Amino acid sequence: MYGPLWRRLPGSWPLRCLEAGLLLLAVVGVCFLWVFPVVADHLPFNDNTIGGQTGSHPSPPPARPSSSTPQ
Amino acid sequence: MSLVRRATGVLGELMITAGVLILLFVGWQLWWTDVSANAAQAGTVRVLEHDFDAPLVAGRPVTPITAEPRAHLTEVPLGRAFAIVRVPRWGKDYARPMLEGTDHDVLTKGVGHYPGTAMPGAVGNFAVAGHRTTYGRPFHDIGTLRTGDVIIVETRSSYLVYSVQRHGIVTPDHVEVVAPVPQHVGQQPTQKWMTLTACHPEFSASHRYVVFAKMVRAIPRSEGLPASYLHVSAKGA
Repeated sequence: MYGPLWRRLPGSWPLRCLEAGLLLLAVVGVCFLWVFPVVADHLPFNDNTIGGQTGSHPSPPPARPSSSTPQ
Repeated sequence: MSLVRRATGVLGELMITAGVLILLFVGWQLWWTDVSANAAQAGTVRVLEHDFDAPLVAGRPVTPITAEPRAHLTEVPLGRAFAIVRVPRWGKDYARPMLEGTDHDVLTKGVGHYPGTAMPGAVGNFAVAGHRTTYGRPFHDIGTLRTGDVIIVETRSSYLVYSVQRHGIVTPDHVEVVAPVPQHVGQQPTQKWMTLTACHPEFSASHRYVVFAKMVRAIPRSEGLPASYLHVSAKGA
């Protein structure tokens, strides 16, 4: 997988190293800025609200007293 | 090279890639979200401060980032910043923006106000949520709040001073903590409550750490915030 990619990079090996580094940086950048925020939306461990409405969707009105658990 | 050997090689590379990506995600979540959210939230606070001061300084109508300059805020569109939260216990300079809404996107930008609950300074329960870990973790130190600690909610018109009364740890289905009279569903509110919720334990979503505070004073913005409020007394610490 990475072997053919390396062979396809043009230039001498120092140049290829630079190109590979740039590619890596681009992948990390795309992940940080776009992929991970979307993934994080769907993971549960960041919830901190009552009523479980933390999520990627807009929250419904929270405190419906009638639906709450009696103490 | 045989086909099997080749397939194994590719599979191995894929698995290593997946492992590296997962580590990268952990790094992003634990480090990068704090870096970027802290910067963004500090920026929002600066804009709000400037915006709150604008009518006083220039004597002209305000720029439209927050709601109308009324004695009490009524309704704010989802996702809009409308107040600044200051908690002296968490540092003299601790200041976070308060936005309308509690969905994931809003809570990455600051402290979120549960829509439908009271607005700051109003009778009822002004309920807010914040991250305890990641995304700038505005409520990271929620567990250090003690009875009598002061929470200051700064709006365009006033400094609303809330005093911590008690805390609780509940499962996320206990919506009565954000009821108009916290933990007393159905009661008619006569006092001005504030409820803060954050996850508990840290890095877990199993429970919520909840702090209840009561408004003790409203100071018009024009009078300024007494410096004494920004000092944390040792009592109760």
